[in-house]
Amino acid sequence: MTDILAPGAVERHLRARRDTGRGLLMPYVTGGIAPGWTRYLEAFAEAGADAIEVGLPFSDPTLDGATIQQASETALARGASTRRILADLAEGRDPGVPLVASTYYNLVLHDGPEAFCAALRRAGVGGLIVPDLPVHEADELADAAAAAGIDLALLASPATPQPRLAEISRRSRGFVYAVSLMGTTGERAALAASAAELTARIRRGTDRPVLLGFGISTPDQAREARRHADGVVVGAAVMRRVLDGAGPDDLRDFLATLRQALDQE
Amino acid sequence: MRDVPPWREPVPAAGVMGEPRERGRFGGYGGRYAPESLVEACREVDEAFREARADPGFRGALAELLALHAGRPTPLTPARRLSRELGVRLYLKREDLTHTGSHKINNVLGQALLAARMGRRRLIAETGAGQHGVATATAAALLGLEATVFMGERDIERQGLNVFRMRMLGAEVVPVTTGSRTLKDATSEAMRHWVGATVDSHYCVGSVIGPDPYPWMVREFQRVIGDEARGQCAAELRTGVPDHVVACVGGGSNAAGTFAGFADTPARLVGVEAEGGAGAARGRLGVLHGCRSLFLQDDDGQIVEPHSIAAGLDYPGVGPEHAHLRDLGRARYATVTDEEAVGAAVRLARTEGIVPALESAHALAWVIREAGGGELPAGSTVLMTLSGRGDKDISTLKELV
Ligand SMILES: Cc1ncc(COP(=O)(O)O)c(C=O)c1O
Repeated sequence: MTDILAPGAVERHLRARRDTGRGLLMPYVTGGIAPGWTRYLEAFAEAGADAIEVGLPFSDPTLDGATIQQASETALARGASTRRILADLAEGRDPGVPLVASTYYNLVLHDGPEAFCAALRRAGVGGLIVPDLPVHEADELADAAAAAGIDLALLASPATPQPRLAEISRRSRGFVYAVSLMGTTGERAALAASAAELTARIRRGTDRPVLLGFGISTPDQAREARRHADGVVVGAAVMRRVLDGAGPDDLRDFLATLRQALDQE
Repeated sequence: MRDVPPWREPVPAAGVMGEPRERGRFGGYGGRYAPESLVEACREVDEAFREARADPGFRGALAELLALHAGRPTPLTPARRLSRELGVRLYLKREDLTHTGSHKINNVLGQALLAARMGRRRLIAETGAGQHGVATATAAALLGLEATVFMGERDIERQGLNVFRMRMLGAEVVPVTTGSRTLKDATSEAMRHWVGATVDSHYCVGSVIGPDPYPWMVREFQRVIGDEARGQCAAELRTGVPDHVVACVGGGSNAAGTFAGFADTPARLVGVEAEGGAGAARGRLGVLHGCRSLFLQDDDGQIVEPHSIAAGLDYPGVGPEHAHLRDLGRARYATVTDEEAVGAAVRLARTEGIVPALESAHALAWVIREAGGGELPAGSTVLMTLSGRGDKDISTLKELV
């Protein structure tokens, strides 16, 4: 029987890297965005990603801004689906860093949490983020994820009050996803002031890795985020480039600048 | 009838359409599937609503607005000529006669008062037909609040009159250009906007959808339809209670408000959906816009874009309480086509002198189709909620009639 309290592979990996003093980098790509899209994963790993978030596109991404909405629409128009994306991952080359799927709860419920988590597992995915599944609704998925050895990472927001934040930190697996600002995903000119306060509040209650996401788009912002958190998630800044036609090599160069910024801090 | 489970004898069960269970559950549906950034805001709305509802001062203020501004109570009109033609006794609950022309004002006045009580300065709303947007703009003007209304580009085209009305009332109308450019996308965009505006803005959801407490709260604000109709039926019908209670269902707010007045009676409850937006009749379990309910989806779990001539029914799902009532067999859900709805609108205009909203015409189309058959035997008494008036649909009707 699985020990449902034991962290899975994603968390072990991130903790080990964090404990060497390294700033963690988790870039995001929308699955199925282009033919041969899994080559982005290899490029991300080569640029020094510590984990990679793979979006399973949903028709109604209610927490995403224009860039990831457009990426989702583009991927779906190309015929992307959970099944095909997971098949691509199973067939593609292992990028050598943990993969974390992210999607909306409707796609998890479609085949049911158990079948969904088992499918992730078969495709070599080790973690999961579901932005419209708050902690008080997470029981059924948390159990299925634990049983399948998938780390279900929960999101914390600047609006989350303290006792609830402690519960999120306690029940999150892999890392705690700190949402830097009150808003949707999308590039921003500066790191939100709420980011520092939120990460400080999270860290008071847990030693689990804390990744800051939403809006982080430049090396400077990554460097600043690193002062507060264990690392960053970079989504819209990646996907805007992909939508503008940037290939895996271009993204490797872009992410290398973020890697460097994190290493300097 | 396709896809519709057989009638179970309606059981006037205690607790049906009462307060939802723990965490906003109606059976296995409902809940608060909101992004973490909105969870606290939902909790605040829930707390404020519970307090307000227990406060005679709030209840009195709302009753006064409903009476003096919205024109309640609305009449129960016997549809005499049409009844004779159909062989049933049809009564219309006239929400079309409210100020702004649809039942949406009932909910909006409640939520706007609540927002003011919570110290919010602005209302955010989504709208399909524009009726909820117009009601929101109206209530905002009345209470000195701002209003920002999200509306799909496609709906802006077909409901131009309401767009102008909203702007006239001082609201900002934001066109939504994503997805099917209708109600579903306007709702997504309103939610996204609320995430960044929870400090000073209240999201005034327009139907019995969304995260807890909205499905319950909106039903309670619409309950006035059913409560009034219950009293009016008791006074006017020989049997006291109609045999059938019928309403159209987009998200399901006018139906929920109507059904709430009759859940504990033997009346058969019928929700009528658009053929192309039949969440209750053809949806499958899912989560969208904050709640677990029934939604139209493809084989991959993507939400299917609905299609209805009635912009207010162009929603791919149904409120969680309707999903629950369906499972219980307490209500049943049928569908009618665009053509049937347009035909019903024309027939009501010519027999009763009432031009209904195309949404409401769906409920009537079901009555017309089933009257005298097994679903609706000759001689039955039918209460139908006429949720709105047809002025907003004139340009659509002009092309078809
Ligand atoms: C006149 C009218 N009836 C019905 C509806 C459908 O909404 P609901 O199902 O919430 O009553 C609308 C929505 O815009 C409407 O304007």
